[in-house]
Amino acid sequence: MQDSDSTLRFIDPEASSGEDFAGPGGDLSSGFPSPAEHFTDAPLDLNRRFIRNPAATFFARVEGDALRDEGIRDGDLLLIDKSVEAFDGCLAVCFLDGEFRLKRLEIRAGQIRLHPSDTGQKGAGIYSEGQFSIWGVVIASIRKHL
Amino acid sequence: MYGLCDCNNFFASCERVFRPELNGRPVIVLSNNDGCVIARSNEAKALGIRMGHPFFQIRELVERCGVAVFSSNFALYGDMSRRVIRTLRAMVPAAEVYSIDEAFLDLRGIALEELTPLGRTISRTVQRNTGIPVSIGIAPTKTLAKIASKLCKRYPRLEGCCLMYRKEDIEKVLRKFPIGDVWGIGRKHRRMLQEAGVATAWDFTGCSGAWVRGRMGVTGLRTWSELRGEACIDFENAPQGRQQITVSRSFAHELTDSHSLHASVSTFASLCAEKLRRQRSLCGELTVFIYTNRHREDLPQYFESETLRPPVATDDTLELVSLAVQALKRIYREGYGYKKAGVSLSELTPKHGAQSDLFDPVDRERRARLMAALDAANRQFGRDRVVVASRELDPPQMNRQHLSRGYTTDWDEILTVRA
Repeated sequence: MQDSDSTLRFIDPEASSGEDFAGPGGDLSSGFPSPAEHFTDAPLDLNRRFIRNPAATFFARVEGDALRDEGIRDGDLLLIDKSVEAFDGCLAVCFLDGEFRLKRLEIRAGQIRLHPSDTGQKGAGIYSEGQFSIWGVVIASIRKHL
Repeated sequence: MYGLCDCNNFFASCERVFRPELNGRPVIVLSNNDGCVIARSNEAKALGIRMGHPFFQIRELVERCGVAVFSSNFALYGDMSRRVIRTLRAMVPAAEVYSIDEAFLDLRGIALEELTPLGRTISRTVQRNTGIPVSIGIAPTKTLAKIASKLCKRYPRLEGCCLMYRKEDIEKVLRKFPIGDVWGIGRKHRRMLQEAGVATAWDFTGCSGAWVRGRMGVTGLRTWSELRGEACIDFENAPQGRQQITVSRSFAHELTDSHSLHASVSTFASLCAEKLRRQRSLCGELTVFIYTNRHREDLPQYFESETLRPPVATDDTLELVSLAVQALKRIYREGYGYKKAGVSLSELTPKHGAQSDLFDPVDRERRARLMAALDAANRQFGRDRVVVASRELDPPQMNRQHLSRGYTTDWDEILTVRA
């Protein structure tokens, strides 16, 4: 073992996500200083782009193709923000009949209704308040292509 | 003023977030190996299930009453705890993590009339963000804030926040509050006090300071003063959770086998633990990081770190070493030459008044004596004469028959939503 460092260091807990974890004790660098040293804009970060409230954001996977016409398919990844207030037309994860269901919400005059998601059965699957709870609002969906 | 934010029936509440059908139903969480009960929903408490109740004794009751049973899923609880803390930190000047389900809030400088609305907003926000119900106690001292948070749980009409500051209110509460339930009063002192006729927190405040000091030392005196409304247990100078202790090394040669890396990481964890004890702190989080030689562009590069949390904040070498080894296992990949590795401890909290809890699998007092002996031996005989044989510390396969999913920590186990 060459150098040994053991330091007491102050860090901002919010600033250390896995990606930008600079090794304690400083970077090992020798040779010429990088010409880019003073242009250290943070690289684009998908988390920052999509997640507004990390403490309230959860992930889920879609099962089923009933919302295919809305661009959501089986296997898609959902970003759900529990802190977002449900709004008319939002896509929400609801808990009803003992399971999590993805639904389009219709809010009219303070009344919340769930749109039928099964496009085949028109009019079927309309639920009104009291029959379900809203777990969180979907803020993004992601599909892997590879 | 000081606040204490305490998550209600935390582990049971975490499980319920992802199983909404369990709202209103009895839920219990079992200790490691499914041995005994370490968390209960209110409905489970109402059935008479106690903390520490051995599971085999209540199996019949569980069947009969449809109690939902969970093995402890610390990955989930740790993540939910971080979410709660993060929410708190966004709303108050400073929050000091006290345990996985409690944090002190620094509310100094906030106008009296704003405290209750603020407390309720915090309570609502945590619930909205995370689904976890919390109780917030606000009082002139940390010890009183803890008592206030307990009251808050008892009275739902307080809407998640109990402010206790008027002398007469405090007296009324303390007169009914058992001395053994006061923060910082351990089993031994409780017995001694009860024998001396001190049954409630109020009785205790009536004792003379000299008597308390003589029988219970400075720590006891501090609790006594705190109950009398004089704040003695401050936020440790710097905002908590920001310090960390790190031990890392660059290796002379790249290490390729997991054994030598394993041995190094164990050593680093031991050194960290020793420092931690020297500064009389506990840590709530441990990170292991490893990297390849970034100057050897001809070789494949790898850098990874992993952070794990002990169930309860700790300064125990054995626990920290085994946690470090666990973290290393998760990130180690074969086929790389590792040039540097390290361990860092964070979420440091002062040791005094440390949490002792039923769900803690470790006998703290015995371990503390062992650690003191370890430090003394190393001081006397030279560094690292006594070390942990970490390879034998791999935790044996735990019995976790009722384990829920890693909803927030494993991509293969996230929620599924039917469309």
